[in-house]
Amino acid sequence: MSVSYDKNTLRQLKDGLLPHDTAHRMQSSYKDADRFQKMLEIWQESVPWDDKILMPLAEHLFVVIKPDGRRIIKSTWGYEYCEAHENWKRYAKVFVRNTPELMREVYPDKLGADVNWMELREFYDPISGVLLEVEAVPPGYPFVHDIKPDIDTFYNDWLGIPVPEAD
Amino acid sequence: MTLTQLPPTQATKPIGWNGKSVKEMLLESERLFAETGHYNGMIDLPLRDNYPILYEKIFSHLRGGLVNARSTALNISASPIVREIGELSFALYTPEGDSIALSTGIIVHVHTISDAIKYMIRNNWEKNPGIKPGNVYCNNNSMIGDVHTADVHTIIPIFWEGELIGWAGGVTHEIDVGGVSPGSMCYGHADRYGDGLLVSCELVGENDEFHESYLLRCRESVRAEMYWVLDEKTRLTGCQLIRDQVYRTIEEVGIDNYKQFIRESIEEGRRSFIGTVKQMTFPGEYEAPSFMDVPWKEDSTVHPMAQKDILMHSPLKISIDKVGHMGISFEGANQWDFHSFNCAPSPMQGAMWVLLTQTLFNSDKVNDGAYFATNVHLPYGSWCNPDFHKVSTTLTWLFLIPGFTGMIRSLGRAYFARGFLEEISAGYACTFNLLQGGGINHFGQPSAFTNFELSSQGTGALYYKDGEASCAAMWNPEGDMGEMETWEYLEPMLYMGRSIKPNSGGHGKYRGGMGMESLRMLYKTKHQILFSAGEGHVFGTAGIFGGYPGNSGYRHAMHGTNMTEIIAEQKPYPLVDGDPEDSQMSSLVQANQDVFDLHQLSGPHHFGEHDLYASIQRGGPGLGDPLERDPASVESDLNAGYLLPRFAETVYGVIAKQEENGRWRVDTAATEEHRQAKRQERLTKAMDAQDFIAQQRERVLHRDFIQPVYEMYQSSMALSESWKKKFYTFWNLPEDFTF
Repeated sequence: MSVSYDKNTLRQLKDGLLPHDTAHRMQSSYKDADRFQKMLEIWQESVPWDDKILMPLAEHLFVVIKPDGRRIIKSTWGYEYCEAHENWKRYAKVFVRNTPELMREVYPDKLGADVNWMELREFYDPISGVLLEVEAVPPGYPFVHDIKPDIDTFYNDWLGIPVPEAD
Repeated sequence: MTLTQLPPTQATKPIGWNGKSVKEMLLESERLFAETGHYNGMIDLPLRDNYPILYEKIFSHLRGGLVNARSTALNISASPIVREIGELSFALYTPEGDSIALSTGIIVHVHTISDAIKYMIRNNWEKNPGIKPGNVYCNNNSMIGDVHTADVHTIIPIFWEGELIGWAGGVTHEIDVGGVSPGSMCYGHADRYGDGLLVSCELVGENDEFHESYLLRCRESVRAEMYWVLDEKTRLTGCQLIRDQVYRTIEEVGIDNYKQFIRESIEEGRRSFIGTVKQMTFPGEYEAPSFMDVPWKEDSTVHPMAQKDILMHSPLKISIDKVGHMGISFEGANQWDFHSFNCAPSPMQGAMWVLLTQTLFNSDKVNDGAYFATNVHLPYGSWCNPDFHKVSTTLTWLFLIPGFTGMIRSLGRAYFARGFLEEISAGYACTFNLLQGGGINHFGQPSAFTNFELSSQGTGALYYKDGEASCAAMWNPEGDMGEMETWEYLEPMLYMGRSIKPNSGGHGKYRGGMGMESLRMLYKTKHQILFSAGEGHVFGTAGIFGGYPGNSGYRHAMHGTNMTEIIAEQKPYPLVDGDPEDSQMSSLVQANQDVFDLHQLSGPHHFGEHDLYASIQRGGPGLGDPLERDPASVESDLNAGYLLPRFAETVYGVIAKQEENGRWRVDTAATEEHRQAKRQERLTKAMDAQDFIAQQRERVLHRDFIQPVYEMYQSSMALSESWKKKFYTFWNLPEDFTF
């Protein structure tokens, strides 16, 4: 069954403004085949820079194509972290809640973790200070690489189109 | 002495199709799948393509029969776990044991029953003890095909004109399993010999009736015998109702169409799953590890071999390849141990399956097609694939539940990449606290119970809204907390109160659904053994996109209280524990012993009359930066008592004041200004990640970790060379460094 949503509806969904029953119907309905392209346009309109977005990677993070062909992870505010296959967290700002006092800023005593067993790592965008991810891991755990996208397979094999190039 | 030789039994005709044994059918099915990549070699689906109405009609008949079987049969049960919470489900299988369709309920078992059926086929049950019309088999052995001892399967074969045309299976969760301690998921023992009544694909009935000797063994082996025996009859009735529906369907559509349908429906399920993966996700790799603490070093109530602190490591990794196959790997998981939280491969498959049916593959046409489109890697020797066959598995869920929390989160990242924002969830909360136990109950009878209000946890935040409060369990999409009065009838413990737990929902732009708590007072009993179970020193899950995990748990129990005096003098008494930094229990009640710590997972402890037991459930994980949360939502949470006021500023950057009428009011302008300052403050306090890595490398080189963390790393590296390499590479450790 063919389903499609106008960009205004999808923009409202992105911004949390869509009535919940409408969003619920979207969950229950068949999926729209043009969603990726439409959302890509909406994301592109939402950022203040011109690099072409290849995919949204996480909230406020995008993979963009640079004029020299490099695929770079870039934030809403324009911070360029690294290449798409790398873990952007290595190039972020990090704050670690690894003392009882720091844990108690976020959780009441006994509702948080024991920092000897587990710490919270907060990764911030270096330009805006926006919190992008929180890791809950034992001390000494390597950074979690949340997503390593296979962009070539996605475009070439799943969408059946070449990976876009920079304008 | 001469042994009397019995005359040879008459050779029986194979029960499979076209003169084959059912084992031959299973092997052929597997060969065809390996050779063609299609279930049973079904490259074409002529029934579906040429007669779609008939195809859908058969499905509807079978699906309706399964749902009806569940709804009807549960009325036979007396157990509130089955009747009220709905901890049962039924499914229909092919002769080879692949699921065709299923009812609602605890559908985690649809694939575990499949494993049990295949075990019988592979191990020649056709010859001994025989597979005949009217036979009844029972299984609760997780190493064969189950989650844990408390989930008991009934399986019956379905014949048509001398041929095996399928199996019907049903499962219920029992209140007690006759383990070394009371409760359905008791623990504290070292191995399987404390797990309780174990039934391993046993022939327990013939001619549609249970063997009386089997029912007698059940009665003699478990504490809550009435519930167990009635649940046996519940499952058998459900299976027979399914069989009747299959017969009605065949009479209407013919046996040939039925046989064609069961093959095509599974292949369609496989293709549908792959199609959905390619439609909804993004190819690549996703990491989402999770952890669970077992703080038993000083817990004298557990077996000496279990007395140590352990940190479970679940390094979940999802891979989605070019053709849409989904692989889930736990490479790097640490070793099994002498506790009851080990997990056999069958429940790991079941967990993956039940989660997929709630997010990616959530149509009513769910069957084992999804199993054929995925693969799960479980390192041998780890907690999720033990190399010791007789490990205890009574509470497999304790590791399995946190072990899969990253799966929903990872799929959320995939949906984000594709633009399907409405499908994103931060994940699920662990379904803890688990309250269970037993002793002499309020009717003066030896008894046991498992409280299933843990079926109602807060859900994870969605991309566009907060999670729902106290309504779901990852293992049962239709979770229900049950009526307090029903639990009070079963358990010698009064409810002092049941309420939302403040600060339980994980913080975020959208917060996780709130968790709840109950406060129970032991009543009309001199002696009960009670367990509490859940994560205490760690979070079992994590948030997404800047959201935080929901609450971890704790233990609060008061022994030797002055509750009789409080009641007699009509003094204020606690309804819940509330803010643990200002505990209602500790401030209103005096006790000889106030146990208040992070040892949420504790062994069996004695409780007497008027002792208090707090049961803290979980809130869901959050999504997004809390500084992006609508201040009006923070105000609403403050006024509902969901958020403790001191966290409005520290977490959300919200400036709010309490008015004379007690209501909180947010100062929007001051909040915006304060949030700007907080974002700048973050950058001042944070360090470059590269500096953090360099700093932490020193800690790693000094092995500066507490024992359970250190041993977790040791164990994961001992079992997995690739995980060791990953760890060494990240920290840039010298090759001669030993951990």
